[in-house]
Amino acid sequence: MAFMPFIAAGDPDLPTTARLLKELAASGADLIEVGFPYSDPIADGPVIQASYTRALAKHVKLKEIFATITGVSREIQAPLVSMVSYAIIFRQGIDAFVQEAKAAGFAGLIVPDLPGDEASGFAALMAKHQMDLIQLVAPTTPPDRAAKILKHATGFVYCIAVAGTTGVRKELAPQLAEMLKSLRTQTTLPLAVGFGISAPDQIHHLKGKADGVIVGSAIVKLLENLASDSSKTDAVLREIGSFAKTLADAAHT
Amino acid sequence: MSVALPDTPLSGHATSQVPDAEGRFGEFGRRFVPETLMHALEELTVEYAKAKADPSFQKQLDGLLHTFVGRPNPLYFAERLTHECGGAQIYFKREDLNHTGAHKINNTIGQTLLTLRMGKKRVIAETGAGQHGVATATACARFGLPCVVYMGEEDIRRQKLNVFIMRTMGAEVRPVTSGSRTLRDAINEAMRDWMASVENTHYILGSVVGPHPFPMIVRDFQSVIGKEARAQCLEATGRLPDEVVACVGGGSNSAGMFYPFVDDTNVELTGVEAGGRGPKAGDHASTLTFGNKGILHGTYSYVLQDEDGQTADVHSISAGLDYPGVGPEHAYWKDTGRVRYVNIGDKRALDTVQHVARTEGILPALESSHAIAYALERAKQRNPSDIIVVCLSGRGDKDVNEVARLTGQEL
Repeated sequence: MAFMPFIAAGDPDLPTTARLLKELAASGADLIEVGFPYSDPIADGPVIQASYTRALAKHVKLKEIFATITGVSREIQAPLVSMVSYAIIFRQGIDAFVQEAKAAGFAGLIVPDLPGDEASGFAALMAKHQMDLIQLVAPTTPPDRAAKILKHATGFVYCIAVAGTTGVRKELAPQLAEMLKSLRTQTTLPLAVGFGISAPDQIHHLKGKADGVIVGSAIVKLLENLASDSSKTDAVLREIGSFAKTLADAAHT
Repeated sequence: MSVALPDTPLSGHATSQVPDAEGRFGEFGRRFVPETLMHALEELTVEYAKAKADPSFQKQLDGLLHTFVGRPNPLYFAERLTHECGGAQIYFKREDLNHTGAHKINNTIGQTLLTLRMGKKRVIAETGAGQHGVATATACARFGLPCVVYMGEEDIRRQKLNVFIMRTMGAEVRPVTSGSRTLRDAINEAMRDWMASVENTHYILGSVVGPHPFPMIVRDFQSVIGKEARAQCLEATGRLPDEVVACVGGGSNSAGMFYPFVDDTNVELTGVEAGGRGPKAGDHASTLTFGNKGILHGTYSYVLQDEDGQTADVHSISAGLDYPGVGPEHAYWKDTGRVRYVNIGDKRALDTVQHVARTEGILPALESSHAIAYALERAKQRNPSDIIVVCLSGRGDKDVNEVARLTGQEL
């Protein structure tokens, strides 16, 4: 099973983001999601929103994020995927944004506020640039909607484990297994599960049902310590690295 | 600038036959929300269409608007202001006389009936100044529905009276501590709650913003304002007004006021935004005047944001206009030229509260004062035979602390 960690770009600053991406790659990440800080992230829970808020408070700019990724993406094997609001993409011009993302070395985009219904034009543009557009399916998605969404999906399918926002949860919804089973009959794309995943036993529980796990808030939470004290950077990076390794091992064994 | 979305081209003139099935007002509107909400929005669209076609739903709504809200409220001839301006005749549509003191309750009664119809057991809402929160708490109390209102911590501090009223009505007011701690974040927080609770909860959005079908539903429920005003003007004067004026924040009272006049192409429509302290970014909330096309809170409209797409800070003396976005139908009306959008600053709005109070014996809300201030100017440029109808969207009691503070008076 693939292990896919998530971090927000620019928290606490972009040089640390670059180091963190390398640390995650070295710890066994098979793909890394890079969240673009956004002022109004409605799909995100408090931990990731706080991370975005910290980055924006330091005025992190899109251009600088792309520059940082351009530097890192060549140095690591794991593909990088950008998690970005359509508000940001649209503001840049969708064509310009996709080109910049591609040039920086992103392999694909996850656009949480561009649901399948609205995605057809954007999916075509992404295909033209040979970028993956990862689509999300929720526990509230009826099967006929899922079929519509999957029409535009490439890369993998992001299966939302629980109704609600991102964030650590102890239990995964009982319907999740059913949703994964149903999706398996509708697509040959890998199924990755995210929202609420934070521990190796949850990952073990998904074995044989999913092809990947996405872990965001549990990792991002560890960055909170750096907000006030940058002298801890080395220690926090090591901590995140070893946490990521535990999760990667759980996914890979 | 941005590349256009794949969309339907503008028709060149506005029609009232919007939105289409995908929620498009011309190129604007639609749904830009997490997948978790999509099914609920589709369900709401279907249920609303059924309710709209059901005469018993309309009958129940009309009954409540009559006996509980106090509709129809009057169209009032502002005689002394008219004489003073020496131009067009000025009429006020008196939404301030509704139960709870503003137009907001037209929508919350309608959406509460929808909630009951859908069999949902809990209501959530967002509020800025607290008017929509109070109107939602009131409607929920009337039907015994549990109600949670999200309100920015900063707004809770500024609007203690409304917080007290909401709690008295049995609602839980939940402070929002993220981001700017104001209306924008209250909407984010309400949407997050809804994502986790969508199976049993309805979100009563308070303005003509957000994803389809909210801009349409809120406009429809608020259209009672324009329908009444249109009929009342015909009855009182024998003809339609020459110009209709309303203030625009998110745009619900103005959408309700304008919509029944959209196809009356001889009636000029003017929306008045909050000019705040001036045209510098962060000093105003004039989204249609200074904003760009963009996405916020699940809809494609005009928005105030920086060059990276981050939502901008906004300012207005009036908390109800203090919003960095605007309803997609207003964006459509702006681009088709059907409605003209202007702005009025803090100072003029504040002066107008006092002026209207002394001249007409009516204390308007700071929001409504923006519209009145423009109408008074405009009346002077028009002939005495012309008629201007202004939406007096709410009463000013909620603003007395702010007005006293800003005019250096003790309360």
